[in-house]
Amino acid sequence: MTLLPEKTDRKLGLVIDLDTCVGCHACVISCKGWNTENYGAPLSDQDPYGADPTGTFLNRVHSYEVQPEEGAAQLIHFPKSCLHCEDAPCVTVCPTGASYKRAEDGIVLVNEADCIGCGLCAWACPYGAREMDSAEKVMKKCTLCVDRIYNENLPEEDREPACVRTCPAGARHFGDFADPSSNVSKLTAERGGMDLMPEQGTKPVNKYLPPRPKDTLEMKVSGAPPLLTPIAEEPKGFLGWLDRTLGQIDGNKTGGR
Amino acid sequence: MAHRQPKLDLSPHVSDEVRKTTCYMCACRCGINVHLKDGPDGKKQVAYIEGNRDHPVNKGVLCAKGSAGIMQVNAPSRLRAPLKRVGPRGSGEFEEISWDEALDLAVSWLEPLRKTNPEKLAFFTGRDQSQSFTSFWAQNFGTPNYAAHGGFCSVNMAAAGIYTMGGAFWEFGQPDWDYTKLFMLFGVAEDHDSNPIKMGIGRIKARGARVIGVNPIRTGYNAVADDWVGITPGTDGLFILSLIHALMKAGRIDLDYLARFTNAPCLVNADTKSSEYGLLLRDEKGKSLVIDRETGKLTPFDQKGVRPDLSATYRHAGLTHRPVFHLMAEKYLDPQYAPEAVAERCGIPAARIRAIAAELARVAFDEAFELDRAWTDFRGETHKTMTGRPVSFHAMRGISAHANGFQTCRALHVLQIILGTVEVPGGFRFKPPYPKPAEAHPKPHCHATPDGPLDGPHLGFVHGPDDLALRDDGSAARIDKAFTWENPMSAHGLMHMVISNAYAGDPYKIDTLFMYMANMSWNSSMNTRGVIDMLTDRDDKGDYVIPHIIYSDAYSSEMVGYADLILPDTTYLERHDCISLLDRPICEADAAADAIRWPVIEPDRDVRGFQTVLIQLANKMKLPGFTDADGHAKYTDYADYIVNHQRKPGIGPLAGWRKPPEGSGVGGTSSDDNVGGRGSPNPEQLDKYVENGGFWTSHIPDAAQYYKPWNAAYQDWAVKLGLYDSPQPYLFNLYVEPLRRFQLAAEGHGQRQPPDHLRDRIKAYFDPLPIWYDTEGDNKGEEFPITALTQRPMAMYHSWGTQNAWLRQLHGHNPLYLPTNLMRENDLEDGDWVRVTSPHGEITVPVMHMAALNANTVWTWNAIGKRKGAWALETDAPEATRGFLLNHLIHELLPPKGDGLRWANSDPITGQAAWFDLKVRLEKAHAPAEAQPAFPPIASPVGTGPKSLTWKIGS
Repeated sequence: MTLLPEKTDRKLGLVIDLDTCVGCHACVISCKGWNTENYGAPLSDQDPYGADPTGTFLNRVHSYEVQPEEGAAQLIHFPKSCLHCEDAPCVTVCPTGASYKRAEDGIVLVNEADCIGCGLCAWACPYGAREMDSAEKVMKKCTLCVDRIYNENLPEEDREPACVRTCPAGARHFGDFADPSSNVSKLTAERGGMDLMPEQGTKPVNKYLPPRPKDTLEMKVSGAPPLLTPIAEEPKGFLGWLDRTLGQIDGNKTGGR
Repeated sequence: MAHRQPKLDLSPHVSDEVRKTTCYMCACRCGINVHLKDGPDGKKQVAYIEGNRDHPVNKGVLCAKGSAGIMQVNAPSRLRAPLKRVGPRGSGEFEEISWDEALDLAVSWLEPLRKTNPEKLAFFTGRDQSQSFTSFWAQNFGTPNYAAHGGFCSVNMAAAGIYTMGGAFWEFGQPDWDYTKLFMLFGVAEDHDSNPIKMGIGRIKARGARVIGVNPIRTGYNAVADDWVGITPGTDGLFILSLIHALMKAGRIDLDYLARFTNAPCLVNADTKSSEYGLLLRDEKGKSLVIDRETGKLTPFDQKGVRPDLSATYRHAGLTHRPVFHLMAEKYLDPQYAPEAVAERCGIPAARIRAIAAELARVAFDEAFELDRAWTDFRGETHKTMTGRPVSFHAMRGISAHANGFQTCRALHVLQIILGTVEVPGGFRFKPPYPKPAEAHPKPHCHATPDGPLDGPHLGFVHGPDDLALRDDGSAARIDKAFTWENPMSAHGLMHMVISNAYAGDPYKIDTLFMYMANMSWNSSMNTRGVIDMLTDRDDKGDYVIPHIIYSDAYSSEMVGYADLILPDTTYLERHDCISLLDRPICEADAAADAIRWPVIEPDRDVRGFQTVLIQLANKMKLPGFTDADGHAKYTDYADYIVNHQRKPGIGPLAGWRKPPEGSGVGGTSSDDNVGGRGSPNPEQLDKYVENGGFWTSHIPDAAQYYKPWNAAYQDWAVKLGLYDSPQPYLFNLYVEPLRRFQLAAEGHGQRQPPDHLRDRIKAYFDPLPIWYDTEGDNKGEEFPITALTQRPMAMYHSWGTQNAWLRQLHGHNPLYLPTNLMRENDLEDGDWVRVTSPHGEITVPVMHMAALNANTVWTWNAIGKRKGAWALETDAPEATRGFLLNHLIHELLPPKGDGLRWANSDPITGQAAWFDLKVRLEKAHAPAEAQPAFPPIASPVGTGPKSLTWKIGS
């Protein structure tokens, strides 16, 4: 079994905004591209042009329908990758020490040289965030792009995870949760950022921002008539109003009455 | 085991070189950084693709398709060499031939046509991003039969916008993401302008703006919309007219804007007996006339100091003239548009329609604001500020792909115009070269001369019956019957009718069908089975009814098997291209921009960029336009054309880094005194683009950023850039007079008369003010009560090419999604199968439940279904066994009406294919072995792909 560090200096992770994620899968493929070419073994694909294509992905987007008690059903897009838990059961279960949590920033990684491909960590992870690569027979997981975020060969502005850099809707944010003034800490505080399955006791670092309330317009403008009081019922009356209005407000902006 | 961690290299080598070019995985044309590493053979290979942060379109972000481009470039479905058919059409049996043989064979078919009957070549390009070039080639060949795919995609969107306000959504304009507070998005198929829309929605939601989605299907953008309006398909126009009704009735409209910038005050002949009834009153120069509120006198609309009167009428020589605004009041205050009257048909409660109208008015008027920026209008009046109305609209294909789509799109523009939100801060903004009114576009040209060029550009905007593309006997001049009485305003042509008409010899037979990136034997045709039969049918002598088919594609698509000669194209990373201001460029609302593609890697196959192949064909035939006075070829390849072609002196395909025009003393780079655009060819131009990341921009001055159609500073800037040759201020056309000209003809006025069977339809539908009409009856809605829709998933939208190894793992098959009520009524569970029957055909497909869906609608992801043997997929791939197309249910003609006539399944105004008018019924079915109809495999010229992928270039 493998021990976690007693504490980590920083807690790097992601805030994922479920109010904004449109489910486009940009993060999924950007991640696949970067991590196929970079950290460790490539993310392989089996039967890529055949009946049952199955590849290794470190990040996937699931979609769920939610039926509120009243009103229309809603569709939530839910991107999921390793949450870099503070009490990461995938690390403590590892028989070889290949899975570990970095003391300096809390990133959970697999040292592929030590991984025997036993799969215990994937069983231990309650989120299903680890995938065994079928070609290399090693466990793959989100690295939080540890080979980007400190990489001096990249321009400073690019030192963030590939999924964050590429997200078109700006639904993914990267930062240090140990720093209360960081963007991710502030977003979490302002928007009620949530842990995924807190009852598992894993203390995930990544946070999800919940969708804002939907379909509220009718409630907001209930009693709409004051805003849309008719000025006339018939075209003739309308033209009369028009003449009066044009006479009164010539040269002024209109529409607000 | 104690905590221990290995030492990591935190700064690994990223790539050997980054080359910046333009993506082609869809129509967005984002900037990309292509990271290259040396492969095992020492040649540069693509290691990683990311967005270019400096690029005006995507500003660094990139979608799933863009990042998956690496799997497009290594795809096993890439064609490898020119192919000549050796088996029967449709067998997929080919032999590889050399490029010399391929070009000679093509010329042996084309050259005799050009010398005798140029119209016997039909040249249609699909997802072509070089239309200003391909149309130039066709024009110089001399055939009138050219268009790209707009006619079956979204001509309603483009044409309705351009006729109404000189621009549309998509590549033509965008919401003012900086200031908008209420964004209303219409329509199924969340695609065009995809990354910018995602970026914009993210930005405005971050600051608390409201998003309203109007769409029968709550996916994608509608899933994140604050309010979802699950409208019944085909009724968007009725819903919008009801919003207009509610706003007008409450006086919540921008009268000042309407008076100054639209034709609402323009006077219309109101004498029902006049031969000019319904036409605008004009002066001798053709300028429409208004009454000036200052003087009470009649005056051209554009005179200095004129304040057009929205209400005054004018009587002259016994004829009464009324302002357009009077006609609008009469039409839209009618109780037929009251929310209560439309609620049931639209599937939206009346209270909700009122709430939306009220919110539009509240944000437009009560949250209006002023930008402290002075500007001067075309009448010479200087305004100290710019008034912002922070409501913006956008629409997707969904509202346009109906037979009422043109008028529906028009209605949406009228809605945003009466709110005063177009080209103002917070509203909808044009992107250069728009605004550009219909009058500033060419008219269609169709006069072919043997051994000579066509008399002008093929496509354009008609303004009345005189502009139709008819021959002397009144028959259609074009094979697709564009610009005829059947669909007079078909500004993008009708690609979906070409094969059907050519097969029928109606209006005439052709000899050679030449297509590019158009999968007509599969997902790009209505009535797929019928089209396959038309492509393979033979006449009495045993010859193919369509004698020759030439096709260019980079991939082994379903269409390849139906051509006689294949000209293999490169992938998008192996070629030159230009995203030109002469076409649909990559401009943003605050800057003009264009871009290039360039070969960031070399092809490893015997393939050539299609545009270069067209130049090689042109040179062999010595086409005018491609040949100088001495008979020498002007261009060796497409890159040479991009740099050296001049459409008119000083104006070429690319606007950046041109050389100073003779004697001007200014350079071709962007600076304060020179905005770029004009100048002579610069041999270093492409190098300059490469140095700059593959694109060029020219910023619009601050005082010219809004009110562009009327803003003197914008007009002057546009002239400097070369978008116009002189300032062209104009009014928005709430009332579209060309529609009225067609109605007048249908009423019996004028020389050019429609056939009698079309008169009633033209009278009814060519209303110069937007109307709504129901298309259910024509599609047998009583027998087939459910609407069936398709859309591409965001991860595949508008992508051309292979079933990408990474993307197909996201969307490898496509169930038919059914709402809760239809699942229950038919006793269905996820994974069950249904037989879906339309007036035209039936399919049997798997279903899945989706609750967030209009109760009368079913839908599926489009173009996931593949033919066995195509795209280098194995024949048991889920795309070929469970994937399916709705195309089998859709015919290019409407169900017979019993009058013996063939009525096209398209918009009667523009000819846009009415894909989304599809009506069906459902019944539970036993699970077949495969989705039905199942097609036999087609032989693959490229075989199938590898069994596994571990794509890593570096060590």
